Amino acid sequence: MEYSREELLICAVARMLDGCRNIAVGTASPIPGSAALLVQALSDGAARASILGSNIHNPFNDGGPELFDRAGQGRVDAFFLGGGQIDGEGNINLVSAGPYPQPDTRFPGSFGSGYLYFSVPRVILFREEHSRRVFVDKVDFISAPGWSPPDVHRPGGPYALITSLCIFMYDKERHRFRLDGLLPGATLEEVRDNTGFDFDCPNDIGPVPPPEPERLILIRSRIAGEIAETYPEFSRTRLGWHG
Amino acid sequence: MPVPETYLSSDEIASRIPDGALIGVPKEDGGVSMEITRALIRREARDLRLLTVPVSSIQADMLIGAGCLAEIETSGVSMGEFGYAPSFRRAVENGDIVIRDATCPAIYAELQASEKGTPFMPLRGILGSDILANRPDWKTIENPMAEGHNDPVVVLPAIRPDFGIFHARYGDAYGNVWVGARRECVLLAHASARALVTVEEIWNGNLMEDDRMLAGTVPPIYVDAVAYAPRGAWPLSLPGCYERDSEHLKAYVLAAKSADGFAAYIDRHVFAKKASG
Repeated sequence: MEYSREELLICAVARMLDGCRNIAVGTASPIPGSAALLVQALSDGAARASILGSNIHNPFNDGGPELFDRAGQGRVDAFFLGGGQIDGEGNINLVSAGPYPQPDTRFPGSFGSGYLYFSVPRVILFREEHSRRVFVDKVDFISAPGWSPPDVHRPGGPYALITSLCIFMYDKERHRFRLDGLLPGATLEEVRDNTGFDFDCPNDIGPVPPPEPERLILIRSRIAGEIAETYPEFSRTRLGWHG
Repeated sequence: MPVPETYLSSDEIASRIPDGALIGVPKEDGGVSMEITRALIRREARDLRLLTVPVSSIQADMLIGAGCLAEIETSGVSMGEFGYAPSFRRAVENGDIVIRDATCPAIYAELQASEKGTPFMPLRGILGSDILANRPDWKTIENPMAEGHNDPVVVLPAIRPDFGIFHARYGDAYGNVWVGARRECVLLAHASARALVTVEEIWNGNLMEDDRMLAGTVPPIYVDAVAYAPRGAWPLSLPGCYERDSEHLKAYVLAAKSADGFAAYIDRHVFAKKASG
C-alpha cells in the first residue's frame, strides 16, 4: 500500500504510545493527535486520548489547571512538546535564542513544558525543522531540562524526538539521543550535517518501518473523521477526508 | 432582555483601571474581554502589568503594541497557527518590556495561593530550568514532609491581581456572571482584588437561583463591575457561542508586523468604532 509521510509518522508515533492509557495532545499537533486517536481506537477502551481543542475527544471539564493536576498525579502517560532549540541532552528551549532576557529571537514561551517534562513519563518531542539552528549543542535557555539529579522527583522526561529527517529515541541512562530510523529520502549524512549535537547511531540504521496496512485503513476511515473535528484542513489535505 | 441599570460601559470599566495596575486575563479560548482590551487602548492606559492565565494571544499583543504594558508575566504569547505574536516579539527583543517567564501550572498555583490567602504554593517540576533561574521571587525549599531523603520543591508566591478581567457568556440584573466551564475565570475572580467583566448576553432571572447555572456562576462578592458587550470576545471565540475570526486574526498578524501596520489596525478597529462585529 502507498502511504503519505503523515500516515507514516502517525503510525510511528502510535508505536511509541504502545501501552499508554492516558495520552494528552496540546495545540497545533495534528499528527500526534491522529496517533493518539489511533491508539485509542485500537485499545478497545483501555486508552484514552485527550485532544486540546476538541469538544468530543476531551475528558476534561474543570478548566486549565486540570491537565496539569492530572499529570502531577501521574495520570497522564504521554504528551508532546516542541522547542525552538533542542540539545543533545534533551534540554528544550521554547523561550529565546541569544542572551536572555533581551534575545536575538524571542519564541512564544515555555507553556507547560517546565512542568509536564517532569511529570509525564513519555514526552515525545516533535520538531519538523531539522537544522543546526534548532538542534544545537547547548540550548540558550532551558525551559525544561532533559534530565535531573537523582534527588529531584522526576517520573517524566523525554522519550523520543521526531524531525523531518528521522526519529531519535532518548537514552535516559546516558542522557543522549540514539538515532532510531530514517524517514523516506533522508540519509545518515544529511542527519549528521544538520544536527548540532552528538548522538549515538547503530551500525545498521534503517528506514522507519512502514505503516501497518490495517492501521492505514483505520487512519483513512475512522481516524480521519475523528481528527477532522479539530484539524479539518489537515484531515482533508493529508488523510483524504471527505467529510 | 434590557441591560441592567447597574451595568457600566466597557469604556467606563477601563477608566476604573489605573495606570500601573496588575491585571489578570484568561487564555484565548477562556473568555477574553477584547472589548475592555480595546477600551484600555482607547483610554491610553500606561505601565500596566499583565498576568496571562496562563498564556495569551492577540490580547497581550495588542496591549503591548499600543504601549499599555510595562511588564508581562506569561507562559507564552503566540498567535498559534497564525504565527508569532509580532508586538510581543518586537518588544521583548528590543527590551521595551519587562518579561517574567513562567510555566502554565505555576501561574495557576500563584493564583491558587492567592485564592486561599496562603503565602505560597509548592509545585513539582521547574527545577534546573532557566525559568526558575530568572525568577528570584520563586524559591526552592526542602520538602518538610519527606523523611530520610532530600526532596527539593519549588514554592511560588501568591499573586493577587488588582483586577481580573474576562468576558462571560451571561450576566444578570443581580450582578452575577456565568462563565460555565471556564474555571480559570473563576480562579482569576477569586484570586484578584476585584473582577471586571463584560457579558455576551443578559440572563433572564437570577443565575444564583438556577441550580443548573449555579456552579458556573461568579457572584457579585467577587465582581466589581459588569458591562454588556455582545461579541465582546471578538475576534477570539466565546465557546458555545461563536468561533474565532480566523481571517481577522490572520490579517492582524500581517498588520502588526510593522509599527505603521499596527497603528492603522488600531485606528480602524479600536478608535474608529466602539464595538466591532
